[in-house]
Amino acid sequence: MTLTPEELDALRLSFVVATRSVLISLPLATLIAWLLVRGRFRGRFALDALVHLPLVLPPVVVGYLLLVLFGRRGPIGGWLHDAFGVQLAFTTAGAALATAVMSFPLMVRAIRLSLEAVDRGFEDAARTLGAGPADRFLSVTLPLMLPGILAGSVTAFAASLGEFGAVITFVANIPGETRTLPLALYTAIQTPDGDAAAARIATLSLLLGFSGLAFAEWLARRIRRTLGQT
Amino acid sequence: MRRGAFTLDARFTAPQAGVVALFGRSGCGKTTLVNIISGLLAPDRGHIDIGGEVLLDTATARRVAPEDRRVGYVFQDSRLFPHLTVAGNLDYGLRRARGRTQGVRRDDVISLLALQELLARRPHTLSGGERQRVALGRALLAQPRLLLLDEPLASLDAARREEVLPYLEALRTRLAMPMIYVSHAFDEVLRLATHLVVLDAGSVVAQGSLTDVSLDPALTAIVGPAAAGAVLDGRVVDVDATHGLARVAIGDHGELRVGAAGTAPGMSLRVQVLARDVILSDRPPEGLSVRNALRGRISAIDTDSNDTRRVLVDLSGAGIVAYVTRDAIDALRLAPGSTVWVLVKAVSLRSHPFPGPGV
Repeated sequence: MTLTPEELDALRLSFVVATRSVLISLPLATLIAWLLVRGRFRGRFALDALVHLPLVLPPVVVGYLLLVLFGRRGPIGGWLHDAFGVQLAFTTAGAALATAVMSFPLMVRAIRLSLEAVDRGFEDAARTLGAGPADRFLSVTLPLMLPGILAGSVTAFAASLGEFGAVITFVANIPGETRTLPLALYTAIQTPDGDAAAARIATLSLLLGFSGLAFAEWLARRIRRTLGQT
Repeated sequence: MRRGAFTLDARFTAPQAGVVALFGRSGCGKTTLVNIISGLLAPDRGHIDIGGEVLLDTATARRVAPEDRRVGYVFQDSRLFPHLTVAGNLDYGLRRARGRTQGVRRDDVISLLALQELLARRPHTLSGGERQRVALGRALLAQPRLLLLDEPLASLDAARREEVLPYLEALRTRLAMPMIYVSHAFDEVLRLATHLVVLDAGSVVAQGSLTDVSLDPALTAIVGPAAAGAVLDGRVVDVDATHGLARVAIGDHGELRVGAAGTAPGMSLRVQVLARDVILSDRPPEGLSVRNALRGRISAIDTDSNDTRRVLVDLSGAGIVAYVTRDAIDALRLAPGSTVWVLVKAVSLRSHPFPGPGV
């Protein structure tokens, strides 16, 4: 199976978009997960619902909302463009934003579960050993959450590789800029005699997804062994 | 401090050195009390100070955070950080104690607790006893001014407890660090404590030196009549190897003979005289096999149950408690002030070395 330069480009772009998407959402997802588990404030339920919204909304709606907010004339997009010269609509950065929003609930869920599983007793022990709140979080809580954070990242990465609806709506289908693997597959299906290309891209996506899951499982086992959790 | 229907109302003072045992049944509030001292729990009302520094005073809304209290804590379940090696765990507190080294040095702790071989291991590969030793070392290296130990042996089986106890004894002897030791096992208290605070249903029912509290009926109510008895701290005068007996000086001029195993002249020895094993006589004994006969004066006779009496005998500087039947009290006409001879068989005495702190 040999890939055409266009298909290789789509593959590369998928990786770039997914990597950036994970990097954007990781710190924010950790913060939100922490707020949802440990926070005691009004509106926790609303925040929870907001985070999970992309799971239940049609991806096209998410793409449309992003376009409204982050488009050149949108309230945030306009400001970003005027203040920093940053454009999100119809760019790779925009594709990363769209996939980040779509995969955000998956990541928050995984991190949240891992935080809930952290025994508060370890944090109490750290307190009696002289560790303040930030120190405690970085030296005890975060390392103990690592399995969940990694699992969440790998799942979000795999999901980001395949995000279609929100991406095509927000940043369109521009070769070399926003045409990731699923968009390339869609294009191939739309093209006469694109059958072979479509089959290649589909196979590739399948392989990627499978290896992503296998990698996540391997990583999780390794960490659990180090921590002595069976 | 109130939690649901449970109210804890405790007031006690601990000396600057030595081991204070917080003793009581499960659920009497021991752990709650040490959690309050460490700062992990906030009481409704309270005052705590260490050597004059106020850590908590609800009247003035002063509350020092646990991380700033410098109160070490050894938990029942060790709570070693699973993502760090033994060395990483030991250094965790040490690194955060920068600049205030009080003289608890890493090398000393490692050799005192025999941790050298364990340094590279992960907590989950350690046995329960090893884990508690590491937890002890970790707490000590954070340079605390006070060390709290919450039933550190409770989760271990008997063999493992015997393995860790000598280390705790060594810490008491070698470090001038005040410790509060929570336990519901009286044999641990006997081995380790210099002072005793007895808790019952959230209240302090007795406190003082272990020698004094050992005579208190409040303690008997918890340990039960079979384990009740005077605890005496004395010094080995000489050892008669031929007969396997050691003479131990007790109080001002009392003397007890105990089994010589493990003793040496000059050694500090703690002897427990169980109240059930004591015989009282109104005259000096003759023709008996009993090796100990001490002259004393009865200071009090309390009703223990319908048929037995608790007799407190003052041996000038030491006290002994004896269970005697009501019948015997009447027959010997014993009353407060009477002179009696206290008879105890050497073989029924339990003793173990007990060097004081900082010796």
